Order: sequence, then structure tokens, then C-alpha cells
Amino acid sequence: MPSEESSRASAAAQASCRPFWLALPGLLWMTLFFLVPLLLVLAISFASRGTYGGILWEFTWANYLDLLHPLYGKILGQSLWYATLTTAICFVVGFPLAYVIARSPARWQPLWLLLVMLPFWTNFLVRTYAWMIILRQDGLANHLLLALGLISEPLELLYTPAAVVIGLVYGYLPFMVLPLYVAVERLDPALVEAAWDLYASRWAVWTRVVVPLTMPGIVGGCILVFIPSIGSFITPDLLGGARSMMIGNLIQHEYLVVRDWPLGSAVSFVLMAIVMAAVVLYYRQAGGADGSSEGR
Amino acid sequence: MKRRSAGLNAVSVAAMLFLYGPILVLVLYSFNAAHLSMTWRGATLKWYGALLQDEALLAATWNSLLIALVSTVGATALGGLLALGMEQMPHRRQQILEGGLVLPLVIPEVMMGVALMLLFVMLRMPLGLTTVILGHIAFNIPLVTIMIRTRLRKLDPMLREAAADLGADAWQVFRYVTLPLLRPAIWGAVLVAFTVSLDDFLVTFFTAGPGATTLPLKVYSMIKSGVTPEINALSALLLVVSMIGVAGSLYLQRREV
Repeated sequence: MPSEESSRASAAAQASCRPFWLALPGLLWMTLFFLVPLLLVLAISFASRGTYGGILWEFTWANYLDLLHPLYGKILGQSLWYATLTTAICFVVGFPLAYVIARSPARWQPLWLLLVMLPFWTNFLVRTYAWMIILRQDGLANHLLLALGLISEPLELLYTPAAVVIGLVYGYLPFMVLPLYVAVERLDPALVEAAWDLYASRWAVWTRVVVPLTMPGIVGGCILVFIPSIGSFITPDLLGGARSMMIGNLIQHEYLVVRDWPLGSAVSFVLMAIVMAAVVLYYRQAGGADGSSEGR
Repeated sequence: MKRRSAGLNAVSVAAMLFLYGPILVLVLYSFNAAHLSMTWRGATLKWYGALLQDEALLAATWNSLLIALVSTVGATALGGLLALGMEQMPHRRQQILEGGLVLPLVIPEVMMGVALMLLFVMLRMPLGLTTVILGHIAFNIPLVTIMIRTRLRKLDPMLREAAADLGADAWQVFRYVTLPLLRPAIWGAVLVAFTVSLDDFLVTFFTAGPGATTLPLKVYSMIKSGVTPEINALSALLLVVSMIGVAGSLYLQRREV
């Protein structure tokens, strides 16, 4: 049946070019409004600033070298520090929470997870603003501390590095809890029981059984908290002062206030490099976990 | 679990208080009659009333809804087609594209904002509603594509093969088999894209010009200037609306399963 044969062949030919045409509009859009703008930022980071705020297209490393200036170094350093501290606090708070949820009765678990995720789905600006009400000079925290007699006059809480870290922990705690929950849920309770039965101390049970067996979740959660923390803008902008600027604020400052686009672009690429390093770490770790389970 | 320590429970309770405390404080104080003070001066609804009369705010809400609607429709169409197209590509190509689609989700939003702003300035496009919508579609396409792909991969290929064997052409297979099976994922993607667009601050911040103020931009300027307690009412309202929305959509999804 040659006719059927040929119609099949044409159908196959059609099928092989169809995916391209289906994907094309979306790919074009992402190229034009994502890839090209990123490449533009990369190109400008090697250009220099013209006298009237324009851009001189001459290749230079000057913008990256400028970033070695102590002022920028300080902002870079404190961003890394805030993000790291945020990740550590999220871990300390998130692990017990994830553990308790994973070991609670199965029918309650979805509700608990929903309660952890629910604030995440509300507007980030609004959630950050809630902390401004609590932390400001005549805010709730100072009122409480004064009423309890712990302090004699209001503390400077808002516009401090501590406020920034509190805001970041508040914003990204759910990112820590979810992967940890998955890891603890997979952890066989019998292994923990066995450790207890063999007279392991509480410390040993945690450090030698629970933590090593939930390591993929721990690494995953830490990276998922670190990535948005290091790139944050809103939290340090609203809760931090001029001295607790982070990379995101520096980028905005260079672009919109100083109007030094080449320098702002260089800062953007340094931030992107940090984030990409974290992403690569995440995938390598996830890939490694898969490999080991296949090996068994 | 008799050996579970009280310490773990205590930290968990504290963590839940930490998550919900600020939200409760905000909602409570939106009813406070006192003007910009934490002292309680009795309950009032006047700040909510003031919201309804704030014309700039209503205009910003309208802008936000318009942007969210157009960008959701655009991103769902483009992202959905992309997901369908990717599914039929060779495995290797799918992996590369998938890696590329994760990039917009992980790079800092500030960076996406400035990059888009640069593009529009270089193209000499005036910043406004159009530029905001172009940007919102760009960050929503990956979300939609990933969500629909997840569902596509779970579909039993036998169903589509059976339809083809029974004489359905490619369009009929799509229209009567694939599309109905994808419907929950498409609605899920629509909800997520709409919410993300409605909530977006940074990309909008860099790509919106005068006259394109959205609700988050308005909230930001109100927080920054911080002179009226209206912002408390607005914040409380936004919190409660999005919480009800999320809970509602989860309830609908569970019913569909």
C-alpha cells in the first residue's frame, strides 16, 4: 500500500518539524526578553560611562576592578554574611519544624505544610512591612520590652543588620522547611530507634544518624534559602539602613541614582556568578544523590 | 515516638508563631483608631473606608489586574505551546531547554529588572504598561512551561496512541485527549502566573514608567512615605485576599484529584 506508506512518511516529516514550530514563539520571547537583555548587561559591564551618562563602547575591565574598592567590597562581604547567617538561622529553626511535621500523624501533615507555605504566597512587600510595624521605634517589640521592664528606653531595632536578617529569615523559612520535610519523611524511624537502643546519646543520634541521612535535604534547603537571600532587594531596602545595604540595593543605586550603568552591570554579573555557583552546587548535589541511589 | 524531645516541639511552636505573629499584628492594627501609633485607641473601619476613596489606589489596582490578565493569557499560550513542542523533541534538546528555563527562575529579580530596563531604553521604547506586560510574560513563561511539562510527563502515552489508532488526526488527539487531560495543570499554571504577576514588585519597578503604577508599586511608595495608616488596611486586605485565594485554589485542586 504505497499511498498509506507515503502518507505515513509525510506525517512523520510533519511530526518532526511540528515541535519546532510549537516551541518557536515561546523560545523567541525568552530570547528577546530574557537572553538578549542579559547579554546586554554583560556587554555594558565591559563598556565605560560616557561624559553625559551615556555608554562608551570601548572594552575595559575597569568596572570589575572598581569593585575591588573597599566600599564595594564591604557591601559584597556583608551581603554574603547576611545571606549565610539567614541560611544558618533558617536551618536551626526549620529543622525541628520539619522534623516535627514529618513525624506527626500522616493526615495532619498536608495541613501543617500548607500553614508553613501560606505566608509565602502573600505579598512580600506586605510581609516585610509587618516587620517595620513591629521593629520601629514606637513599635510592638519596643512596647513589649518596655512593658516587661527588660529595657528602660526604646531600642534602635529597625534599620539595622539584625532587622535585615530577621526579615530574610521570615521571607525564606518555607524554602528550608519543605526539602527538609521530604528528607526527614524518607528517613526510616527504625534507624533512629536502633541508635537509641544502642545507647547513643541524644547528640550522637542527631549528628551521626539524623543529620547524615537527611544531608541531601539539608544542602538543598540551605541553597534554596541562600539564593534568594543573596539577591534580595526589598528586605534590606525596607528594613536595613544605609549601612546594611546588600548587592541588590547597590545595583539599584548604581542604575537609578548614580546612573553608572556599566558599574551597575558589573555588580549584576558578580551577583549572578555567586547565584550560578550555588545553582551548580544544588544540581551537582541532587545529581549525586540520584547516582548513589541508582548504585544500590 | 516517645523519645521525641519537648525542645523540638517548643522550637516548632515558636516557628509557627514567628510565621503568623507579624501577620496577626498587621491585621489587628489595621483596625486601630490611633493615627500612626502602636497604642490601641479602639477599633475602627475608617482606614478601610479611606482605601475605597483613594483614586490613585483604585487606578493602581486596575493596572495590576490588567497586567496580570494580559500577561497570564500570553504566558499560558506561549508557555503551553513551548511545553507541547519540547515534549516531542529529542531528549538531549529537552534537557538543554529545561536548564535554560530554570535560569529566569533563579537569577535575582533585581537583575532581570535592570536587564529589561536596559533593553527597553536601548530600543527607545517608552516605559509603561506595555513594557511591564512584556516583562511579566517573560518571567511567567518558564513557570507555565515547567508546570505543564510536569503534567505532560505523567500522562499515559497509550491514551494518545489509542486515539491515533482509532483514526484521530494530530489535532483531534490534541483537542479531545491531551487538552482535557492537561486542563487541571493549565488552570494551575494560570493561577500561579496570575498571582506572580499581581505580586511582582522588582521587574515592574524597573520597567514601569509614569502612569503604569501597579498595586505593589503603590504599596511600596506608601510604605516608603509612611504617613497614613491606610497602608495598614491595604496590607491587611492584600494578605487576607491572597491567603483565601491560595487556600481556595488548593481546595479546588484537591477536589479534582
